[in-house]
Amino acid sequence: MSSAIHARFNLHWPGFTLDVDLTLPGRGVTALFGHSGSGKTTLLRCVAGLERAPGGYLAVGGEEWQDGSHFLPTYRRSLGYVFQEASLFPHLSARGNLEYGMKRVRDAMAGSALDHAVELLGIGTLLDRRPDQLSGGERQRVAIARALALKPRLLLMDEPLAALDLKRKQEILPYLERLHDDLEIPVLYVTHSPDEVAHLADHLVLLEEGAVRAAGPLGELMTRLDLPLARDEAAESIIETVVAGHDDNYKLTYLDFRGGRFAVGRLQRKIGKPARVRIHARDVSISLKEHRDSSIVNIIAAQVQELAPLNDWQMVVRLGLGPEATVPLLARITRRSADMLELTPGKNVFAQVKSVVLAD
Amino acid sequence: MGFSDADLAAIWLTLRLAGITTVLLLIIGTPIAWWLARTRSNWKGPVGAVVALPLVLPPTVLGFYLLLAMGPNGPVGQFTQWLGIGTLPFTFWGLVVASVFYSMPFVVQPIQNAIESLGERPLEAAATLRAGPWDTFFTVVLPLARPGFFTAAILGFAHTVGEFGVVLMIGGNIPGVTRVVSVQIYDHVEALEYAEAHWLAATMVIFSFLVLLALYTLNPATRRKQA
Amino acid sequence: MKAEMKAVVLGLAALAAATLARAEEVNVAVAANFTAPMNVIAAEFAKDTGHEAKLAFGSSGKFYAQIKNGAPFQVFLSADDAKPAKLEQEGMTVVGSRFTYAVGTLVLWSAKPGFVDDKAAVLKRGDYNKLAIANPKLAPYGAAAVEVLEGMGLMAAAEPKLVQGENIAQTFQFALTGNAELGFVALSQVMKDGKITSGSAWIVPGNLHQPIRQDAVILSSGEGNAAAVALMKYLQGDKAKAIIRSYGYDI
Repeated sequence: MSSAIHARFNLHWPGFTLDVDLTLPGRGVTALFGHSGSGKTTLLRCVAGLERAPGGYLAVGGEEWQDGSHFLPTYRRSLGYVFQEASLFPHLSARGNLEYGMKRVRDAMAGSALDHAVELLGIGTLLDRRPDQLSGGERQRVAIARALALKPRLLLMDEPLAALDLKRKQEILPYLERLHDDLEIPVLYVTHSPDEVAHLADHLVLLEEGAVRAAGPLGELMTRLDLPLARDEAAESIIETVVAGHDDNYKLTYLDFRGGRFAVGRLQRKIGKPARVRIHARDVSISLKEHRDSSIVNIIAAQVQELAPLNDWQMVVRLGLGPEATVPLLARITRRSADMLELTPGKNVFAQVKSVVLAD
Repeated sequence: MGFSDADLAAIWLTLRLAGITTVLLLIIGTPIAWWLARTRSNWKGPVGAVVALPLVLPPTVLGFYLLLAMGPNGPVGQFTQWLGIGTLPFTFWGLVVASVFYSMPFVVQPIQNAIESLGERPLEAAATLRAGPWDTFFTVVLPLARPGFFTAAILGFAHTVGEFGVVLMIGGNIPGVTRVVSVQIYDHVEALEYAEAHWLAATMVIFSFLVLLALYTLNPATRRKQA
Repeated sequence: MKAEMKAVVLGLAALAAATLARAEEVNVAVAANFTAPMNVIAAEFAKDTGHEAKLAFGSSGKFYAQIKNGAPFQVFLSADDAKPAKLEQEGMTVVGSRFTYAVGTLVLWSAKPGFVDDKAAVLKRGDYNKLAIANPKLAPYGAAAVEVLEGMGLMAAAEPKLVQGENIAQTFQFALTGNAELGFVALSQVMKDGKITSGSAWIVPGNLHQPIRQDAVILSSGEGNAAAVALMKYLQGDKAKAIIRSYGYDI
């Protein structure tokens, strides 16, 4: 608990109000997710101290950064910040930018840790260039390295991919994913892209008009039927799995999770390594019996937990997988099917999963 | 025909005055420019207007009020007498004080514009990289706003060299102390010594041209292709 | 009816033409120190003669340069006698028109009451911070002040304390604001209606310096200008002289 982040901010500007009271986990990536104007960037800036919210409260890992009478200025906060535009200093080389912050903290990255970060972000060959000689994606990678090199207690990222085109996004996303696996510190990640959330987030804070609509583990929030995520055309479930084994005969890899096992195409990943998968609600169908006469590979025992109408002909169903039905999975079916199968909460069924996509 | 000893004394005095004034203005003007560029205070308008006053006021008006203020009965004069340094008119340092007021907008405004055009982002980036305010100023603002400081220094220097009305009002035309080039030219013209006046005046024209040429060709702002 | 109208219009036109012929305009360049008396004189002049004197005030040195370069003045009232004489030599005036319209009186003045007595003791003692004089190279009052100091054997003592105004008006400003405790200024600056209005003063005896003559001259472009001739005549009349004297000038 002492490593958690506790943030309480109350801001009133003309036409905008931020009113949040959050406890966030001290590890993993927490996505601050919402439309533009929902207050997600303002919240991040309050955490950084770039925005002063009088009367606010902020503690990170047991250390108070702000309370009613006391405000630690940004430059005294052990944080790394990645802006939407890389915001490198144009008068310094990439190396100069990287070293700017390192010179100013006592226990900055050094030696192999630094080499590792530079390698992780693939900027080793760029260090002698000036920012105007770098592409947008390269600049953003340098900016991320610049923030990480401080070895901060908290990493803040404000839509780091939003200013990049699709190609650059896809160039950086793998670096961020690696970061996600490597990083010991909490990350607050502002985004409005469900795709980035699916790839990177462990926890989700859903912001609407400056207030927290919901906050919690990603898998849970994405499948809550009272939230817009589950009702979206692209609604999906995220499930954390572990590589359990490979079938070299059929070229398959088995991924275990608390509710069972998925089989996917052969992965180049060692046994025991984590793997995050995403499953589209439209790729999940429901049957009352476990059909072994079907081509569908992934059929998993499940319990109906909740149903909600999506439109006048479709329903979205939240299933619980596993013996205690603790792993949520969304399924989208027709209203007619729901009636025919007489689906009601508590009913035991089988989820037929047509497609499992690796998300990291 | 060339420069008389009096002309040379005036030139040397002028360069000294302009040099000291420029240095002082960079020291005094920078925090003012910084504040003007970044404040959201209601005082921004009034302070900005006061700084810009010398742009529109006839120098004689400024000179007249400085003469009153720095005189033995004026508030500044009372203060300097209390300090035991007498009154400032007719002294070199009086001219320096007057020149600082007179050339203030030429130094403050380029710096203010440069800082304003930097925007918040580099300052915020520096803060997230643990740089305190002073640190940020010297390692980020100064290098990035260098063209503005360059322009400010050159304009401040050139404008002080060209200053006339204020010096006339509070200088007292004392050789080697307050008789600067522009006053010397004026004296030559008034005394109908047109040949001597030409020498000095032409030198001023060429000097001013060279200064502005330097400003337009050497300034990193105009050299650099991309921001 | 129509013919009558025509006659009236013609009559009015003739009348206007006659008035214009009689009432002419003259542009006058006036030394700044003579501003106040000249405004009064010009008003009286217009009243008495119907001519209009359009006045421009400024530094005599600048007027000289402007006149040399074709400035449209017909009459020049200089602050000295040198510039009109020079213009005459250069053939830029109407020969024989030059005369002295006023003689300045030099006064040692302080803004402090009782600081200057009628023997100028304070000047002799050297007991003052600054002594303001007009630039002797440019202003006759300055040259006269230097002459007085040298004549009294005080130049060496006074020199480190001298501050110069570019003209007599600025010199007066230095003294008036107290920045210079003493100043050699024009009596016309401290006198109104025949009395010294403030501070303390010593009227410098005329024998201590060359007379400070202010000369007037008709410029070449004023040749044949009836108003110019009339103005010169008017300046030498008793009425104008009385006005000039009331402002502290001799004549």
